[in-house]
Amino acid sequence: MLGPRLIVVYSLLYLAVLFAIAYWADKRADQGRSVIASPLVYALSMAVYCTAWTYYGSVGRAAGTGVGFLPIYLGPTLIAMLWGTLLLKMVRVSKTQRITSIADFIASRYGKSQVLGGVVTVIAVLGVVPYIALQLKAISRSYTILQHYPDIPSRESLQNLPIMQDTTLYVALALAAFTILFGTRHLDASERHEGMVAAIAFESIVKLLAFLSVGIFVTYHIHDGFADLFDKASVAGVLTTHINFQTSDYETWYSLTILAALAVMLLPRQFQVAVVENSNERQIRRAMWVFPLYLLLINLFVIPIAIAGQIQFAGTGVDADTFVLTLPMAHAQEGLSLFAFIGGLSAATGMVIVETIALSTMVCNDLIMPGLLRRWTRLPPHVDFSRVLLAIRRSAIVVILLLGYLYFRVAGEAYALVSIGLISFSAVAQFAPAMIIGLYWRGGTYQGALAGLLAGFAIWIYTLLLPSFAKSGWLSADFLQHGPFGIELLRPQSLFGLSDLHEITHCLFWSMVFNIGAYLLFSLRRESTINEATQATLFVDVLKREAPSGVPLWRGKAEVKELISLAERFLGAQSARKAFELYAASRGAPNVEQLPADAATVHFAETLLAGAIGSASARVMVASTTAEEPLGLDEVLNILDEASQIRAYSRELERKSSELEAAGRELKVANEQLKELDRIKDDFMSSVTHELRTPLASIRAFSEILADDPEIELQQRKKFLDIIVTETERLTRLVNQVLDLAKIESGHANWRIEQVDLGELIGVGCEVNARLFSERGVRLIVELPEVTCTVSADRDRLMQVLVNLLSNAAKFAPENTGEVRVRLRRDGEILRVSVRDNGPGVPFEDQQDIFEKFRQGSSSSERPVGTGLGLPISRRIIEYFGGRIQVQSRPGHGAVFTFELPAMDGG
Amino acid sequence: MSNTILIVDDEPNIVLSVEFLLKREGFEVQTAADGQAAIEMLAASRPDLMILDVMMPRKNGFEVCKEVRADPALSGLPIILLSAKGREVEIAKGLSLGADAYITKPFSTHELVAQVKEMLK
Repeated sequence: MLGPRLIVVYSLLYLAVLFAIAYWADKRADQGRSVIASPLVYALSMAVYCTAWTYYGSVGRAAGTGVGFLPIYLGPTLIAMLWGTLLLKMVRVSKTQRITSIADFIASRYGKSQVLGGVVTVIAVLGVVPYIALQLKAISRSYTILQHYPDIPSRESLQNLPIMQDTTLYVALALAAFTILFGTRHLDASERHEGMVAAIAFESIVKLLAFLSVGIFVTYHIHDGFADLFDKASVAGVLTTHINFQTSDYETWYSLTILAALAVMLLPRQFQVAVVENSNERQIRRAMWVFPLYLLLINLFVIPIAIAGQIQFAGTGVDADTFVLTLPMAHAQEGLSLFAFIGGLSAATGMVIVETIALSTMVCNDLIMPGLLRRWTRLPPHVDFSRVLLAIRRSAIVVILLLGYLYFRVAGEAYALVSIGLISFSAVAQFAPAMIIGLYWRGGTYQGALAGLLAGFAIWIYTLLLPSFAKSGWLSADFLQHGPFGIELLRPQSLFGLSDLHEITHCLFWSMVFNIGAYLLFSLRRESTINEATQATLFVDVLKREAPSGVPLWRGKAEVKELISLAERFLGAQSARKAFELYAASRGAPNVEQLPADAATVHFAETLLAGAIGSASARVMVASTTAEEPLGLDEVLNILDEASQIRAYSRELERKSSELEAAGRELKVANEQLKELDRIKDDFMSSVTHELRTPLASIRAFSEILADDPEIELQQRKKFLDIIVTETERLTRLVNQVLDLAKIESGHANWRIEQVDLGELIGVGCEVNARLFSERGVRLIVELPEVTCTVSADRDRLMQVLVNLLSNAAKFAPENTGEVRVRLRRDGEILRVSVRDNGPGVPFEDQQDIFEKFRQGSSSSERPVGTGLGLPISRRIIEYFGGRIQVQSRPGHGAVFTFELPAMDGG
Repeated sequence: MSNTILIVDDEPNIVLSVEFLLKREGFEVQTAADGQAAIEMLAASRPDLMILDVMMPRKNGFEVCKEVRADPALSGLPIILLSAKGREVEIAKGLSLGADAYITKPFSTHELVAQVKEMLK
């Protein structure tokens, strides 16, 4: 039977397991076998986002507003898609600058300003301490409820139980102990809190399993699956609220989504686990889907539990926020009830531990150190600074937890605590402009960031915090209803007349208007200073390939010995010495004493210190031991200019080399084309030479025969001389045609375009060839239309084509029985001239080729007497005038050569 | 008894000139106008030497050369390729296909006659 003692024993047992895991992980880290190097552990540690507010509160919200709980998880899911750039940038900047907290981050971005770090810390503490109080309350409340097992106390009966407050105090103290043990083991942020992260990842698993167990129990054990549950719900009439959207919900939906998206990046604990504790940038890629998946799983059973709770406890006054715990209790599930309690405990403790560590770092580095350092630089104490630092952090942890406890005691059941989750989100959302704009825009200045933060924070206090106090009854609600001094326009939750918005939406809207407005306005009022410009470049360009080295623009005198002793004071002699020795080795110096006292060494010392005391304080400390000569703005601009010139030059080089590459590719293609052309030319030359050699061979042979033998009889001599003459003519014709074709192909031919009457052209062409026909006994028949057919072309060239076709036909037509028919026809806009012969025809396989150079039907047995260039030339001429030429032939049945040309209008 | 020489070429004027040259030297001459005709004539009667053009319709000189070399009945028949194709690859191809000599057009009549006489010794 569960009793108070048993619950405490189990709770302590759970905490002991956490200790064990953290201890084990720390040991492993010391041995160099880190467990948190796993991307899964990283993603799970991010799930510290899901606090008791998620664990218990989601069901409460779902019972009240239906799917209204979802934006809190939708926002992070959506922004996780941007982590590839946004989170990566934050992580890389933080690694190079040894940034230890979000306050440090913002301070560092705007020239390592101590004031800015302080302001961010104050906002974070004020915004988050109540949130811690909420966790403490969740622990003590769930403990109290479980104590009553198997009875279920109603909301009223839970109030003002004295024991509650006592447990809460113990819980706070136990958590403080844990946090101190695992949160402040080391000083340097580069030695991360591995034990803590491992424990947090474990807690994420526990709370998820616990919630899923309750969900499965409720859905499949109490009820019979989702369908059954929803059926019963609609009978009981509790379903309407869950499905119903009111129109005003849309703004709330969007603003909550945005708010949660910002919170998951900007809450100190989220910054701690996602950025400071990140051990490897590659983990981000995995977290981008594992973390949203986690959110999906933990939300799977929210609605079923809410519905089942409403069915179960209708009219009993049991708080919906407790359904996760009370449902198993109502069904006397002792083990499951305890598991549900442990799940809630893990959700709350995880948040408290990480948040407290993050806040204590901020309070120490950005609030207390600057003041202390100011005193110490004048009056150094004779103690080991590193011990002081640890003491400050440990005290800060205790103080923060006690503040949380105090707030819890004061606020109790007040409105101010119940709604603190979103109020807290709204407070940290004020970091967004300085943080996110500052990561992408160089122009943001210290004044801009400060003005934006203060303006946004002021609006937050006025529109959200004070009204929540008023609603808790700590302030008069008068100013809420009538505005301060009765000025209606200034009513906190209808500022400047903007009413009818949900208070969170209202606050988000106005705080962002003022925050971003002030940030831009003040940033644009003046140029960045040297410090700001340097830091801005380091932040904005951190992902660039030629990323800034981080070695600052610094000139002055420094003593390495003093830098070391400074580091020793804050880090302890041993670890400081070790760090410097490693650094000396990396710079190739034989020992620490021979390190050059240059800008890089000074920068190293400053970054080393930044890990311990924050970047702003580190800068002050290093400056106090070195004699820095201030650089003039001109000098800095020169150096920056030089750097940007180098960058521009390298970009130019890159561009040139890629141009060169492209040119190379083009050259390669051109070369291939040239090679192909060369091959074609080679073939052509080879064909031309062949065609030239053949007649030359005859000429030479007969010339030699005649020269050798003067006795050859006259008739034979005459015959041989005739052959020589014919072959010479053939040679001449060939040379002319080759030149002609070359001229046409190279585009150097002269075309004299005029109106050509095709009928008249055919008449003349036939006359010219009449002798050839009559010699061979071939009949020539001409068919012309009645109308004149005019084309626009070069008359001589067309004649060349026609004569070529006619002489071919005459040659191929059989002697004496041959018949050639020339026909001109008009077919719409096309004029066709065809020359038909009754010769052997053209084999199918040659019908394409004969218009190519030297392809005169090589496989046909009856080789025509010709150069093999007539048809190719004809084709080019006809195509030049926009027409085409083709052959139709059935071997053995003659051939028809046809060319067609576009008719001239009115022709 | 005088030797018989087969002249294969699709250019009638080349055939005419070579025929005249060889007859003047006292050879018997047969002619064919393409590769296919040459193969048919070789089946009917075996000449003592063949002068063969390469670029011819129906069957080119290289193919004729190959067929002759594959035919045991025609073994030892001297072949002179007489071609307008004068590139080294073509000469090498002709010789590797079994021709005994390769003369490019335009050719020297003296050289051709000397080559024929040399081969018939």
